[in-house]
Amino acid sequence: MALIERYQMTTDITYWPGQIPMSYIYTVGRAGEKFFREIMNGKMIGARCESCKVTYVPPRIYCEKCFARLEDHYLEVGTKGTVHTFTRCYEAYDGTKKETSTIVAVIRIDGTEGGLVHWLGEVDFKAIYIGMPVEAVFKPKKEREGSILDIKYFKPI
Amino acid sequence: MAITEKDVAKTATKLSINEILEGKVLSVKWEPKLKYAWDNGPAIGRYLAELKEGRIIAKKCAKCHRIMIPPRMFCELCWVPAGEWVYVQDTGIVNTWVVSYVDWKATRLDIKGGVRPFTPAVIEIDGASKGMGILHHLNEVDPWKISRGMKVKAVWKPAKERTGAITDIKYFKPIE
Amino acid sequence: MRRVAIVGAGLTKFYRNTLETPKELAYEATKMALDSCEMKLSDIDCVVHGTAPDAFDGVHMKGEYLSDASGGYRKPYMRNFVGGGTGVFAPIHGWFHVASGMFDTCLVVCEEKMSSAYPHPAGAFLTIFDHTTEQPLYPTLIWIFAIEMNRFMTTHGYRKEDIALVAVKNKKNALDHPSAQIPGEITVQDVLNSEIMAWPVNRLDISPTSDGAAAIVLAAEHVARRVTEKPVWMDGVGFCLDTAYWCTRDLYYPDYLEVAARQAYKMAGIREPSKEIHVAEPYDPFTYKELHHIEGLMLAPRGKSVQMLVDGVFNREGNLPTSPSGGLLGVGNPIAAAGLMKIIEIFLQLRGEAGKRQISGKPTCGVANAWGDLMQVGTVVVMRS
Repeated sequence: MALIERYQMTTDITYWPGQIPMSYIYTVGRAGEKFFREIMNGKMIGARCESCKVTYVPPRIYCEKCFARLEDHYLEVGTKGTVHTFTRCYEAYDGTKKETSTIVAVIRIDGTEGGLVHWLGEVDFKAIYIGMPVEAVFKPKKEREGSILDIKYFKPI
Repeated sequence: MAITEKDVAKTATKLSINEILEGKVLSVKWEPKLKYAWDNGPAIGRYLAELKEGRIIAKKCAKCHRIMIPPRMFCELCWVPAGEWVYVQDTGIVNTWVVSYVDWKATRLDIKGGVRPFTPAVIEIDGASKGMGILHHLNEVDPWKISRGMKVKAVWKPAKERTGAITDIKYFKPIE
Repeated sequence: MRRVAIVGAGLTKFYRNTLETPKELAYEATKMALDSCEMKLSDIDCVVHGTAPDAFDGVHMKGEYLSDASGGYRKPYMRNFVGGGTGVFAPIHGWFHVASGMFDTCLVVCEEKMSSAYPHPAGAFLTIFDHTTEQPLYPTLIWIFAIEMNRFMTTHGYRKEDIALVAVKNKKNALDHPSAQIPGEITVQDVLNSEIMAWPVNRLDISPTSDGAAAIVLAAEHVARRVTEKPVWMDGVGFCLDTAYWCTRDLYYPDYLEVAARQAYKMAGIREPSKEIHVAEPYDPFTYKELHHIEGLMLAPRGKSVQMLVDGVFNREGNLPTSPSGGLLGVGNPIAAAGLMKIIEIFLQLRGEAGKRQISGKPTCGVANAWGDLMQVGTVVVMRS
């Protein structure tokens, strides 16, 4: 038999408000150190697994398919790519409405099997198509901090 | 195949917290907003409402007759819906306790500066079944004179300050 | 149910703060485990990953996040979590995969990066408690361990100075462990003089928070015999959960652990654990907890473990060495990886490969346990060579 008490009035329903108070500092890791320090130099780095014939961007210390160690196989991959897929966002991550919509894309970096999620800029939404060539636009060198945001956005070539 | 010093040497790179904070290695800071509104349900809802009135209420299991505090909608031992509501007293005995020099953030209290250490305890409530305890604070007692089995009584907030929360009881203090 | 053996193991160093991301730590341990038994990722049929709350590493859906680093790329993969008990629960989880006959090999990986929670994972500890009836009192996890220790002491009349011997023993044992974070030679007086956190717990009574990872490879009997000359059999497993209404339990004894231990001993055919077990790794996040568990594992009668500790029974040269690895107190406590580190210690001891930590007498039967959540979970594994 199910629980025998029921609420008769919705105004009887009570709740307890609270939160989980956490804050984090994430280190970028061994591969991340390499990637983000080169981002500060306006370059992008990938990692190559010769046996699986895959180049990962961002680089990682292992190949997920064969588990080979890739730390001695980093290489420069250039900052150009193509749009793999894209969308337009009207809401921020917490559900509030954005003042101006932003265009987010998955960009496949040329010559690799890897890619980045980033914004597209200096482009009209209607002009974007899958396969469109784009390149990274960096912040001025002295404003770069070793973060993914050192790239302002990707723009069409 | 022993795991040796050589095997583990390069597996992890030691850092100090200062190296991270000073930016010697790159990092990303993040503070997620994790806010909740937890439904009380009928049992805790009534428990809190009674606390606002200055009373403690428990629930009795119709099968094993345990008087359970905090009250719950079903007995977790018998697996049947809990039966009637039962008022219990606001006195109890100390089952076990702690003298804490740290707060919830693991920050040290200024004990030397005269701050009283926290003395939370498990208090077995009179009127509930033996062993039924709740977590609460002890106060108005020398932290080093607390003993197992010590009789204590709840010290309530004044009626108009009570909001329907476990903190409507400020703490428990010893009774002679 | 088929017989399952541990055939390989890997472990990273444990540190308070590491450069590596959680994925990189998991990879290092997993790669070492595979290399130790010369297996490739393609030899692995499934992967099981144990890791404590997402809130510590600060990555939601942490199990999935860590899957590729644990060798789980396009493989059957499950993540398990029972708080601190995870380190011994993960091998049990992996055991089911192989014992059932569904898979022949299984990678078991455990990883924890507690340093991401800055300055301290206190917020995660706060929310283990009931949100309405306990959180408003702003409790911290140290309180409930101190509360349990106090009940344990007042029930049996144990003294802090005797319980402190666990820290002395384990930190000394850890001097010989390559991954150890805080090994050292300390005295009982050092423990008693260390700052009070929450009486009766002093700083040296507690294990540190750590980053680290560990991994083992499980194999069914026919594979195990091909891969290694010294398989270590998981002959008994047990797990049990007690009520979350922790204030209604009498905290002086871990009933949940005894239930789990009985399950494991029955499966392994052990009738007198204190005689048939040669080496034990009871979970030791706090000094008193090792003794609490020794009693729960029925390796010592209730109320008698302290006397046996003082008599040296649990030292490496004693009759029933406990935590020869150095335990969590000496090696470190990256929650899930710590429990698996203990399993790995029994594995190495039963193969005679524990180096300077090796206990004499060619042990053939060992037990490891872990414990977690709001002092609720008991997980036990009995191993034989």
